[in-house]
Amino acid sequence: MYEGFLDIFDVFLEQSAEFYVWDNAVYLFRAMMTTLTMTIIGCGLGFIFGMIVVYFRRTPGLMFWPVRMTVIFYVETFRRVPFLVLLFLVMFTVKGFGLDFSLFTIACISIVIISTAFIGEIIRAGLDSVHQTQWDTADAMNFSRLQTLRHVILPQAWKVVLPPAFAFFVMFIKDTALTSQVGVLELTQAGKYYNNLGYSAILSFGTVLVLYFILSYPMTRLGWWMEARLHTRRRDERAEFEVGATAYELRGT
Amino acid sequence: MHHLEVDGLTATYDGKILVLDGVSIQVGKGEIVSVIGPSGSGKSTLLRVIMGLLKPKAGHVKLDGDEVDYGNKKSVKALRDRFSIVFQQFNLFQNMDALRNVTIAPVKIRKRDAQKVEKEAIELLGKVGLGDKLHSYPDELSGGQQQRVAIARALALRPEILLLDEVTSALDPELVNEVLDAIRILAKDGMTMMIVSHEMGFVREISTEVIMMDEGKVIEVGSAEQIFDNPQTSRCQDFVGKILRH
Repeated sequence: MYEGFLDIFDVFLEQSAEFYVWDNAVYLFRAMMTTLTMTIIGCGLGFIFGMIVVYFRRTPGLMFWPVRMTVIFYVETFRRVPFLVLLFLVMFTVKGFGLDFSLFTIACISIVIISTAFIGEIIRAGLDSVHQTQWDTADAMNFSRLQTLRHVILPQAWKVVLPPAFAFFVMFIKDTALTSQVGVLELTQAGKYYNNLGYSAILSFGTVLVLYFILSYPMTRLGWWMEARLHTRRRDERAEFEVGATAYELRGT
Repeated sequence: MHHLEVDGLTATYDGKILVLDGVSIQVGKGEIVSVIGPSGSGKSTLLRVIMGLLKPKAGHVKLDGDEVDYGNKKSVKALRDRFSIVFQQFNLFQNMDALRNVTIAPVKIRKRDAQKVEKEAIELLGKVGLGDKLHSYPDELSGGQQQRVAIARALALRPEILLLDEVTSALDPELVNEVLDAIRILAKDGMTMMIVSHEMGFVREISTEVIMMDEGKVIEVGSAEQIFDNPQTSRCQDFVGKILRH
Protein backbone atom coordinates (compact mmCIF):
# COMPACT_ATOMS: atom_id res chain seq x y z
CA MET A 1 0.00 0.00 0.00
CA TYR A 2 2.63 2.43 1.12
CA GLU A 3 4.99 1.29 -1.62
CA GLY A 4 2.21 1.56 -4.15
CA PHE A 5 1.86 5.17 -3.22
CA LEU A 6 5.56 5.75 -3.59
CA ASP A 7 5.46 4.13 -7.00
CA ILE A 8 2.73 6.47 -8.14
CA PHE A 9 4.67 9.43 -6.80
CA ASP A 10 7.78 8.18 -8.57
CA VAL A 11 6.01 7.85 -11.91
CA PHE A 12 4.36 11.25 -11.41
CA LEU A 13 7.67 13.01 -10.91
CA GLU A 14 9.40 11.08 -13.62
CA GLN A 15 6.74 11.87 -16.21
CA SER A 16 6.25 15.46 -15.12
CA ALA A 17 9.37 16.63 -16.82
CA GLU A 18 8.29 15.38 -20.20
CA PHE A 19 4.59 16.15 -19.62
CA TYR A 20 4.83 19.81 -18.72
CA VAL A 21 6.26 21.02 -22.00
CA TRP A 22 5.17 23.82 -24.26
CA ASP A 23 3.37 21.68 -26.84
CA ASN A 24 1.24 20.01 -24.20
CA ALA A 25 0.52 23.34 -22.59
CA VAL A 26 -0.78 24.66 -25.90
CA TYR A 27 -2.84 21.53 -26.44
CA LEU A 28 -4.33 21.69 -22.96
CA PHE A 29 -4.97 25.40 -23.25
CA ARG A 30 -6.91 24.85 -26.46
CA ALA A 31 -8.91 22.07 -24.83
CA MET A 32 -9.61 24.40 -21.93
CA MET A 33 -10.79 27.13 -24.28
CA THR A 34 -13.07 24.63 -26.02
CA THR A 35 -14.63 23.84 -22.67
CA LEU A 36 -15.05 27.52 -21.86
CA THR A 37 -16.32 28.55 -25.30
CA MET A 38 -18.99 25.93 -25.50
CA THR A 39 -20.19 26.81 -22.02
CA ILE A 40 -20.29 30.51 -22.85
CA ILE A 41 -22.02 30.00 -26.20
CA GLY A 42 -24.43 27.45 -24.77
CA CYS A 43 -25.37 29.41 -21.66
CA GLY A 44 -25.24 32.80 -23.40
CA LEU A 45 -27.70 31.72 -26.06
CA GLY A 46 -29.61 29.85 -23.36
CA PHE A 47 -30.02 33.13 -21.51
CA ILE A 48 -31.36 34.93 -24.56
CA PHE A 49 -33.69 32.08 -25.51
CA GLY A 50 -34.65 31.72 -21.87
CA MET A 51 -35.88 35.32 -21.86
CA ILE A 52 -37.86 34.75 -25.04
CA VAL A 53 -39.35 31.56 -23.67
CA VAL A 54 -40.42 33.33 -20.47
CA TYR A 55 -41.89 36.20 -22.45
CA PHE A 56 -44.14 33.78 -24.32
CA ARG A 57 -44.97 31.83 -21.22
CA ARG A 58 -46.27 35.01 -19.62
CA THR A 59 -48.15 36.35 -22.61
CA PRO A 60 -51.83 36.31 -21.68
CA GLY A 61 -54.76 35.64 -23.96
CA LEU A 62 -56.45 32.61 -25.42
CA MET A 63 -54.53 32.93 -28.66
CA PHE A 64 -51.26 32.26 -26.91
CA TRP A 65 -52.51 29.22 -25.03
CA PRO A 66 -50.83 26.73 -27.41
CA VAL A 67 -47.59 28.72 -27.20
CA ARG A 68 -47.73 28.77 -23.40
CA MET A 69 -48.39 25.04 -23.27
CA THR A 70 -45.54 24.29 -25.68
CA VAL A 71 -43.17 26.39 -23.62
CA ILE A 72 -44.20 24.73 -20.36
CA PHE A 73 -43.85 21.30 -21.95
CA TYR A 74 -40.42 22.23 -23.26
CA VAL A 75 -39.15 23.59 -19.96
CA GLU A 76 -40.52 20.75 -17.87
CA THR A 77 -39.13 18.11 -20.24
CA PHE A 78 -35.64 19.36 -20.82
CA ARG A 79 -34.98 20.15 -17.18
CA ARG A 80 -35.46 16.42 -16.55
CA VAL A 81 -33.31 15.00 -19.36
CA PRO A 82 -29.76 13.96 -18.41
CA PHE A 83 -27.28 16.00 -20.40
CA LEU A 84 -25.57 12.91 -21.81
CA VAL A 85 -28.86 11.49 -23.09
CA LEU A 86 -29.68 14.77 -24.79
CA LEU A 87 -26.21 14.90 -26.29
CA PHE A 88 -26.66 11.50 -27.95
CA LEU A 89 -30.14 12.47 -29.01
CA VAL A 90 -28.97 15.67 -30.68
CA MET A 91 -26.05 13.91 -32.32
CA PHE A 92 -28.17 11.16 -33.86
CA THR A 93 -30.95 13.54 -34.83
CA VAL A 94 -28.51 15.81 -36.60
CA LYS A 95 -26.99 12.81 -38.37
CA GLY A 96 -30.47 11.51 -39.15
CA PHE A 97 -31.17 14.70 -41.05
CA GLY A 98 -28.00 14.11 -43.02
CA LEU A 99 -26.33 17.22 -41.60
CA ASP A 100 -22.60 17.29 -41.16
CA PHE A 101 -22.25 19.38 -38.02
CA SER A 102 -19.01 19.41 -36.08
CA LEU A 103 -18.99 17.74 -32.69
CA PHE A 104 -18.46 21.15 -31.13
CA THR A 105 -21.63 22.48 -32.74
CA ILE A 106 -23.58 19.45 -31.58
CA ALA A 107 -22.31 20.02 -28.06
CA CYS A 108 -23.32 23.70 -28.22
CA ILE A 109 -26.81 22.89 -29.47
CA SER A 110 -27.29 20.41 -26.63
CA ILE A 111 -26.13 22.93 -24.05
CA VAL A 112 -28.45 25.60 -25.45
CA ILE A 113 -31.42 23.24 -25.29
CA ILE A 114 -30.78 22.44 -21.65
CA SER A 115 -29.69 25.87 -20.49
CA THR A 116 -32.70 27.56 -22.13
CA ALA A 117 -34.97 25.40 -20.00
CA PHE A 118 -33.02 25.95 -16.77
CA ILE A 119 -32.21 29.64 -17.20
CA GLY A 120 -35.77 30.23 -18.40
CA GLU A 121 -37.01 28.93 -15.05
CA ILE A 122 -34.50 31.10 -13.21
CA ILE A 123 -35.64 34.19 -15.12
CA ARG A 124 -39.28 33.33 -14.52
CA ALA A 125 -38.69 33.10 -10.78
CA GLY A 126 -36.88 36.44 -10.93
CA LEU A 127 -39.78 38.12 -12.71
CA ASP A 128 -42.21 36.60 -10.23
CA SER A 129 -40.19 38.09 -7.39
CA VAL A 130 -41.22 41.57 -8.55
CA HIS A 131 -44.58 42.43 -7.06
CA GLN A 132 -47.66 42.41 -9.28
CA THR A 133 -48.49 45.95 -8.15
CA GLN A 134 -45.49 47.21 -10.12
CA TRP A 135 -47.17 45.85 -13.27
CA ASP A 136 -50.50 47.45 -12.33
CA THR A 137 -48.88 50.79 -11.71
CA ALA A 138 -47.02 50.75 -15.01
CA ASP A 139 -50.21 49.59 -16.69
CA ALA A 140 -52.14 52.51 -15.28
CA MET A 141 -49.49 54.85 -16.72
CA ASN A 142 -49.85 53.32 -20.17
CA PHE A 143 -46.58 51.39 -20.23
CA SER A 144 -46.65 48.60 -22.81
CA ARG A 145 -45.67 45.10 -21.71
CA LEU A 146 -42.19 45.46 -23.15
CA GLN A 147 -41.72 48.93 -21.67
CA THR A 148 -42.73 47.64 -18.25
CA LEU A 149 -40.31 44.75 -18.55
CA ARG A 150 -37.51 46.95 -19.71
CA HIS A 151 -37.84 49.92 -17.38
CA VAL A 152 -39.43 48.44 -14.29
CA ILE A 153 -39.41 44.67 -13.97
CA LEU A 154 -36.09 43.51 -15.38
CA PRO A 155 -33.97 46.02 -13.47
CA GLN A 156 -35.56 44.70 -10.28
CA ALA A 157 -35.54 41.04 -11.27
CA TRP A 158 -31.93 41.20 -12.33
CA LYS A 159 -30.42 40.81 -8.90
CA VAL A 160 -32.62 37.81 -8.19
CA VAL A 161 -31.80 36.23 -11.55
CA LEU A 162 -28.08 36.80 -11.70
CA PRO A 163 -26.73 34.68 -8.82
CA PRO A 164 -28.49 31.41 -9.75
CA ALA A 165 -27.97 32.01 -13.47
CA PHE A 166 -24.28 32.49 -12.90
CA ALA A 167 -24.13 29.48 -10.61
CA PHE A 168 -25.75 27.45 -13.38
CA PHE A 169 -23.14 28.68 -15.82
CA VAL A 170 -20.24 27.81 -13.52
CA MET A 171 -21.75 24.41 -12.80
CA PHE A 172 -22.11 23.74 -16.48
CA ILE A 173 -18.40 24.27 -17.06
CA LYS A 174 -17.82 20.91 -15.41
CA ASP A 175 -20.86 19.28 -16.94
CA THR A 176 -19.39 19.82 -20.39
CA ALA A 177 -17.00 17.01 -19.49
CA LEU A 178 -19.76 14.73 -20.72
CA THR A 179 -19.25 15.96 -24.26
CA SER A 180 -16.04 13.95 -24.26
CA GLN A 181 -18.37 10.94 -24.54
CA VAL A 182 -19.15 11.92 -28.11
CA GLY A 183 -15.59 12.89 -28.79
CA VAL A 184 -15.46 16.66 -28.40
CA LEU A 185 -11.87 17.63 -27.75
CA GLU A 186 -12.29 19.49 -24.49
CA LEU A 187 -10.51 19.25 -21.16
CA THR A 188 -11.68 15.81 -20.09
CA GLN A 189 -11.05 14.40 -23.51
CA ALA A 190 -7.55 15.87 -23.36
CA GLY A 191 -7.04 14.10 -20.04
CA LYS A 192 -8.11 10.83 -21.61
CA TYR A 193 -5.78 11.47 -24.51
CA TYR A 194 -2.74 11.90 -22.32
CA ASN A 195 -3.71 8.98 -20.18
CA ASN A 196 -3.89 6.85 -23.33
CA LEU A 197 -0.50 8.10 -24.40
CA GLY A 198 0.85 6.44 -21.29
CA TYR A 199 1.00 9.28 -18.81
CA SER A 200 -0.20 8.29 -15.38
CA ALA A 201 -3.86 8.92 -14.64
CA ILE A 202 -2.88 11.11 -11.70
CA LEU A 203 -0.75 13.26 -13.90
CA SER A 204 -3.24 13.60 -16.77
CA PHE A 205 -6.46 13.89 -14.84
CA GLY A 206 -4.86 15.74 -11.93
CA THR A 207 -3.76 18.41 -14.37
CA VAL A 208 -7.21 18.50 -15.91
CA LEU A 209 -8.71 18.93 -12.44
CA VAL A 210 -6.49 21.89 -11.73
CA LEU A 211 -7.39 23.41 -15.09
CA TYR A 212 -11.11 23.05 -14.38
CA PHE A 213 -10.53 24.89 -11.14
CA ILE A 214 -8.57 27.63 -12.90
CA LEU A 215 -11.44 27.99 -15.31
CA SER A 216 -14.33 28.05 -12.91
CA TYR A 217 -13.03 29.76 -9.78
CA PRO A 218 -12.44 33.14 -11.43
CA MET A 219 -15.95 32.82 -12.90
CA THR A 220 -17.36 32.34 -9.42
CA ARG A 221 -15.46 35.41 -8.23
CA LEU A 222 -16.73 37.34 -11.23
CA GLY A 223 -20.25 36.32 -10.24
CA TRP A 224 -19.73 37.59 -6.69
CA TRP A 225 -18.31 40.81 -7.99
CA MET A 226 -21.22 41.42 -10.35
CA GLU A 227 -23.67 40.59 -7.58
CA ALA A 228 -22.02 43.02 -5.18
CA ARG A 229 -21.94 45.67 -7.87
CA LEU A 230 -25.58 45.15 -8.68
CA HIS A 231 -26.58 45.71 -5.09
CA THR A 232 -24.68 48.93 -4.84
CA ARG A 233 -24.75 50.38 -8.34
CA ARG A 234 -27.65 52.71 -7.70
CA ARG A 235 -25.80 54.27 -4.82
CA ASP A 236 -22.88 54.93 -7.08
CA GLU A 237 -22.45 58.53 -6.07
CA ARG A 238 -22.37 57.69 -2.44
CA ALA A 239 -20.84 54.77 -0.64
CA GLU A 240 -20.10 52.42 -3.48
CA PHE A 241 -16.62 51.58 -2.39
CA GLU A 242 -17.38 50.74 1.21
CA VAL A 243 -20.62 48.93 0.52
CA GLY A 244 -19.15 47.02 -2.38
CA ALA A 245 -16.18 45.95 -0.32
CA THR A 246 -18.37 44.75 2.53
CA ALA A 247 -20.61 42.67 0.31
CA TYR A 248 -17.55 41.26 -1.35
CA GLU A 249 -15.92 40.27 1.90
CA LEU A 250 -19.11 38.77 3.25
CA ARG A 251 -19.42 36.51 0.24
CA GLY A 252 -15.75 35.64 0.43
CA THR A 253 -15.89 34.29 3.96
CA MET B 1 -72.87 67.00 -19.03
CA HIS B 2 -70.65 65.61 -16.35
CA HIS B 3 -66.94 65.19 -16.78
CA LEU B 4 -66.94 61.59 -15.62
CA GLU B 5 -70.10 59.55 -15.63
CA VAL B 6 -70.28 56.03 -14.25
CA ASP B 7 -73.52 54.21 -14.90
CA GLY B 8 -74.55 50.82 -13.54
CA LEU B 9 -70.97 49.59 -13.22
CA THR B 10 -70.77 45.93 -12.22
CA ALA B 11 -67.64 43.90 -11.63
CA THR B 12 -66.70 40.51 -10.21
CA TYR B 13 -63.55 38.83 -8.97
CA ASP B 14 -62.86 35.48 -10.63
CA GLY B 15 -66.23 35.78 -12.31
CA LYS B 16 -67.95 34.79 -9.08
CA ILE B 17 -67.71 37.25 -6.24
CA LEU B 18 -69.74 40.35 -7.00
CA VAL B 19 -67.72 43.36 -5.86
CA LEU B 20 -69.46 46.15 -7.73
CA ASP B 21 -73.18 45.92 -8.14
CA GLY B 22 -74.56 48.57 -10.44
CA VAL B 23 -72.65 51.61 -9.23
CA SER B 24 -73.58 54.99 -10.72
CA ILE B 25 -71.77 58.22 -9.91
CA GLN B 26 -71.05 61.54 -11.57
CA VAL B 27 -68.03 63.77 -11.20
CA GLY B 28 -68.01 67.30 -12.55
CA LYS B 29 -64.95 69.35 -13.50
CA GLY B 30 -63.14 70.66 -10.45
CA GLU B 31 -65.22 68.55 -8.09
CA ILE B 32 -63.82 66.44 -5.34
CA VAL B 33 -65.89 63.33 -4.89
CA SER B 34 -65.08 61.11 -1.95
CA VAL B 35 -66.13 57.52 -1.60
CA ILE B 36 -66.53 56.16 1.91
CA GLY B 37 -67.78 52.88 3.29
CA PRO B 38 -66.66 49.82 5.24
CA SER B 39 -63.80 47.61 4.05
CA GLY B 40 -64.83 45.34 1.23
CA SER B 41 -67.57 47.64 0.06
CA GLY B 42 -65.98 47.95 -3.37
CA LYS B 43 -64.54 51.46 -3.11
CA SER B 44 -61.06 50.58 -4.28
CA THR B 45 -62.43 48.21 -6.88
CA LEU B 46 -64.46 51.07 -8.30
CA LEU B 47 -61.27 53.03 -8.94
CA ARG B 48 -59.50 49.97 -10.35
CA VAL B 49 -62.34 49.32 -12.75
CA ILE B 50 -62.48 52.94 -13.89
CA MET B 51 -58.74 52.78 -14.49
CA GLY B 52 -59.12 49.62 -16.56
CA LEU B 53 -57.13 47.43 -14.19
CA LEU B 54 -60.15 45.18 -13.75
CA LYS B 55 -62.63 44.61 -16.55
CA PRO B 56 -66.24 45.53 -15.74
CA LYS B 57 -68.97 42.93 -16.23
CA ALA B 58 -71.58 45.47 -17.15
CA GLY B 59 -72.25 49.20 -17.10
CA HIS B 60 -70.85 52.27 -18.77
CA VAL B 61 -68.13 54.77 -18.06
CA LYS B 62 -68.33 58.03 -20.00
CA LEU B 63 -65.71 60.74 -20.22
CA ASP B 64 -67.15 64.04 -21.44
CA GLY B 65 -69.96 62.04 -22.93
CA ASP B 66 -67.75 59.56 -24.81
CA GLU B 67 -68.15 55.98 -23.68
CA VAL B 68 -65.01 54.06 -22.72
CA ASP B 69 -64.76 50.59 -24.28
CA TYR B 70 -62.83 48.47 -21.78
CA GLY B 71 -62.52 45.64 -24.29
CA ASN B 72 -60.58 47.93 -26.59
CA LYS B 73 -56.93 48.61 -25.79
CA LYS B 74 -56.90 51.94 -27.60
CA SER B 75 -59.90 53.20 -25.75
CA VAL B 76 -58.42 52.18 -22.40
CA LYS B 77 -55.11 53.81 -23.29
CA ALA B 78 -56.88 57.03 -24.22
CA LEU B 79 -58.63 56.96 -20.87
CA ARG B 80 -55.41 56.33 -18.98
CA ASP B 81 -53.88 59.34 -20.69
CA ARG B 82 -56.42 61.49 -18.91
CA PHE B 83 -56.47 59.79 -15.50
CA SER B 84 -53.85 59.20 -12.84
CA ILE B 85 -54.19 56.90 -9.89
CA VAL B 86 -52.34 56.89 -6.59
CA PHE B 87 -52.35 53.57 -4.75
CA GLN B 88 -52.63 52.69 -1.09
CA GLN B 89 -49.22 51.02 -1.13
CA PHE B 90 -47.54 53.86 -3.10
CA ASN B 91 -46.16 51.37 -5.65
CA LEU B 92 -43.15 53.47 -6.49
CA PHE B 93 -40.79 51.82 -8.94
CA GLN B 94 -38.20 50.42 -6.58
CA ASN B 95 -35.35 50.63 -9.08
CA MET B 96 -35.65 54.37 -9.60
CA ASP B 97 -35.00 57.39 -7.43
CA ALA B 98 -37.78 59.84 -6.64
CA LEU B 99 -37.12 62.10 -9.60
CA ARG B 100 -36.94 59.24 -12.07
CA ASN B 101 -40.17 57.82 -10.70
CA VAL B 102 -41.82 61.09 -11.57
CA THR B 103 -40.22 61.63 -14.97
CA ILE B 104 -40.19 58.15 -16.49
CA ALA B 105 -43.75 57.98 -17.78
CA PRO B 106 -43.92 61.52 -19.21
CA VAL B 107 -40.54 61.05 -20.91
CA LYS B 108 -40.57 57.41 -22.00
CA ILE B 109 -44.28 56.86 -22.55
CA ARG B 110 -45.68 60.26 -23.41
CA LYS B 111 -42.49 61.24 -25.23
CA ARG B 112 -42.41 64.72 -23.80
CA ASP B 113 -39.26 66.79 -23.75
CA ALA B 114 -36.97 65.31 -21.09
CA GLN B 115 -35.56 68.58 -19.82
CA LYS B 116 -38.92 70.29 -19.50
CA VAL B 117 -40.36 67.25 -17.76
CA GLU B 118 -37.49 67.16 -15.33
CA LYS B 119 -37.89 70.83 -14.49
CA GLU B 120 -41.58 70.29 -13.94
CA ALA B 121 -40.92 67.17 -11.86
CA ILE B 122 -38.53 69.05 -9.59
CA GLU B 123 -41.20 71.71 -9.12
CA LEU B 124 -43.83 69.08 -8.33
CA LEU B 125 -41.60 67.31 -5.83
CA GLY B 126 -40.90 70.69 -4.27
CA LYS B 127 -44.60 71.35 -4.07
CA VAL B 128 -45.19 68.16 -2.06
CA GLY B 129 -42.26 69.09 0.16
CA LEU B 130 -39.63 66.73 -1.21
CA GLY B 131 -37.34 69.17 -2.95
CA ASP B 132 -34.40 67.72 -1.04
CA LYS B 133 -35.21 64.08 -1.77
CA LEU B 134 -34.95 64.07 -5.55
CA HIS B 135 -32.34 61.36 -5.64
CA SER B 136 -33.54 59.19 -2.80
CA TYR B 137 -34.71 55.69 -3.59
CA PRO B 138 -38.06 54.43 -2.35
CA ASP B 139 -36.49 52.24 0.33
CA GLU B 140 -34.75 55.29 1.74
CA LEU B 141 -37.98 57.24 2.13
CA SER B 142 -40.64 57.02 4.81
CA GLY B 143 -44.12 55.90 3.84
CA GLY B 144 -45.39 59.48 3.87
CA GLN B 145 -42.54 60.63 1.66
CA GLN B 146 -43.07 57.73 -0.74
CA GLN B 147 -46.74 58.53 -1.00
CA ARG B 148 -45.96 62.16 -1.75
CA VAL B 149 -43.58 61.05 -4.50
CA ALA B 150 -46.42 58.90 -5.84
CA ILE B 151 -48.70 61.95 -5.87
CA ALA B 152 -46.08 64.01 -7.70
CA ARG B 153 -45.67 61.13 -10.15
CA ALA B 154 -49.39 61.05 -10.81
CA LEU B 155 -49.48 64.83 -11.32
CA ALA B 156 -46.57 64.80 -13.74
CA LEU B 157 -48.87 62.99 -16.14
CA ARG B 158 -51.11 66.09 -16.10
CA PRO B 159 -54.27 64.15 -15.41
CA GLU B 160 -57.70 65.63 -15.84
CA ILE B 161 -58.91 63.50 -12.99
CA LEU B 162 -56.84 62.18 -10.12
CA LEU B 163 -57.92 58.98 -8.39
CA LEU B 164 -56.67 58.53 -4.84
CA ASP B 165 -57.09 55.02 -3.48
CA GLU B 166 -56.85 55.05 0.33
CA VAL B 167 -53.61 56.94 0.05
CA THR B 168 -53.12 57.30 3.80
CA SER B 169 -54.24 53.85 4.94
CA ALA B 170 -50.79 52.31 4.87
CA LEU B 171 -49.13 55.17 6.72
CA ASP B 172 -48.11 55.61 10.31
CA PRO B 173 -50.54 58.03 11.98
CA GLU B 174 -48.01 60.83 12.33
CA LEU B 175 -47.29 60.71 8.59
CA VAL B 176 -50.90 60.98 7.48
CA ASN B 177 -51.06 64.74 7.68
CA GLU B 178 -48.13 65.44 5.40
CA VAL B 179 -49.90 63.50 2.65
CA LEU B 180 -53.26 65.11 3.33
CA ASP B 181 -51.58 68.52 3.16
CA ALA B 182 -50.28 67.68 -0.28
CA ILE B 183 -53.81 66.78 -1.39
CA ARG B 184 -55.16 70.01 0.12
CA ILE B 185 -52.78 71.93 -2.13
CA LEU B 186 -54.16 70.10 -5.16
CA ALA B 187 -57.70 70.87 -4.09
CA LYS B 188 -56.83 74.53 -3.88
CA ASP B 189 -55.49 74.32 -7.45
CA GLY B 190 -58.87 73.04 -8.60
CA MET B 191 -57.82 69.49 -9.41
CA THR B 192 -60.71 67.12 -10.10
CA MET B 193 -60.39 64.19 -7.76
CA MET B 194 -62.05 60.97 -6.74
CA ILE B 195 -60.92 60.06 -3.26
CA VAL B 196 -61.39 56.76 -1.50
CA SER B 197 -60.56 57.36 2.11
CA HIS B 198 -61.11 56.39 5.72
CA GLU B 199 -59.99 59.80 6.96
CA MET B 200 -63.48 61.08 7.72
CA GLY B 201 -62.44 64.49 9.00
CA PHE B 202 -60.45 65.07 5.84
CA VAL B 203 -63.24 63.81 3.59
CA ARG B 204 -65.66 66.11 5.29
CA GLU B 205 -63.39 69.10 4.95
CA ILE B 206 -62.39 68.67 1.32
CA SER B 207 -65.24 66.97 -0.55
CA THR B 208 -67.79 68.64 -2.77
CA GLU B 209 -69.72 65.41 -2.73
CA VAL B 210 -69.56 62.26 -0.63
CA ILE B 211 -70.66 58.81 -1.74
CA MET B 212 -71.35 56.08 0.79
CA MET B 213 -70.89 52.56 -0.52
CA ASP B 214 -71.62 49.16 0.99
CA GLU B 215 -71.53 45.66 -0.46
CA GLY B 216 -70.76 46.96 -3.93
CA LYS B 217 -73.70 49.36 -4.02
CA VAL B 218 -74.02 53.09 -3.66
CA ILE B 219 -76.07 53.62 -0.50
CA GLU B 220 -76.24 57.37 -0.36
CA VAL B 221 -74.93 60.38 -2.23
CA GLY B 222 -74.88 63.88 -0.86
CA SER B 223 -72.91 66.82 0.41
CA ALA B 224 -70.46 66.21 3.24
CA GLU B 225 -72.88 67.87 5.66
CA GLN B 226 -75.73 65.62 4.62
CA ILE B 227 -73.74 62.40 4.83
CA PHE B 228 -72.08 63.14 8.15
CA ASP B 229 -74.68 65.23 9.98
CA ASN B 230 -77.94 64.15 8.50
CA PRO B 231 -77.68 60.82 6.72
CA GLN B 232 -80.93 59.73 5.11
CA THR B 233 -80.49 55.95 4.94
CA SER B 234 -80.28 53.73 7.98
CA ARG B 235 -77.14 51.96 6.68
CA CYS B 236 -75.39 55.27 6.31
CA GLN B 237 -76.56 56.44 9.73
CA ASP B 238 -75.23 53.23 11.18
CA PHE B 239 -71.82 53.56 9.47
CA VAL B 240 -71.34 57.23 10.20
CA GLY B 241 -72.54 56.71 13.77
CA LYS B 242 -69.96 53.98 14.35
CA ILE B 243 -67.17 56.07 12.90
CA LEU B 244 -67.96 59.29 14.68
CA ARG B 245 -68.37 57.57 18.01
CA HIS B 246 -64.62 57.20 18.43
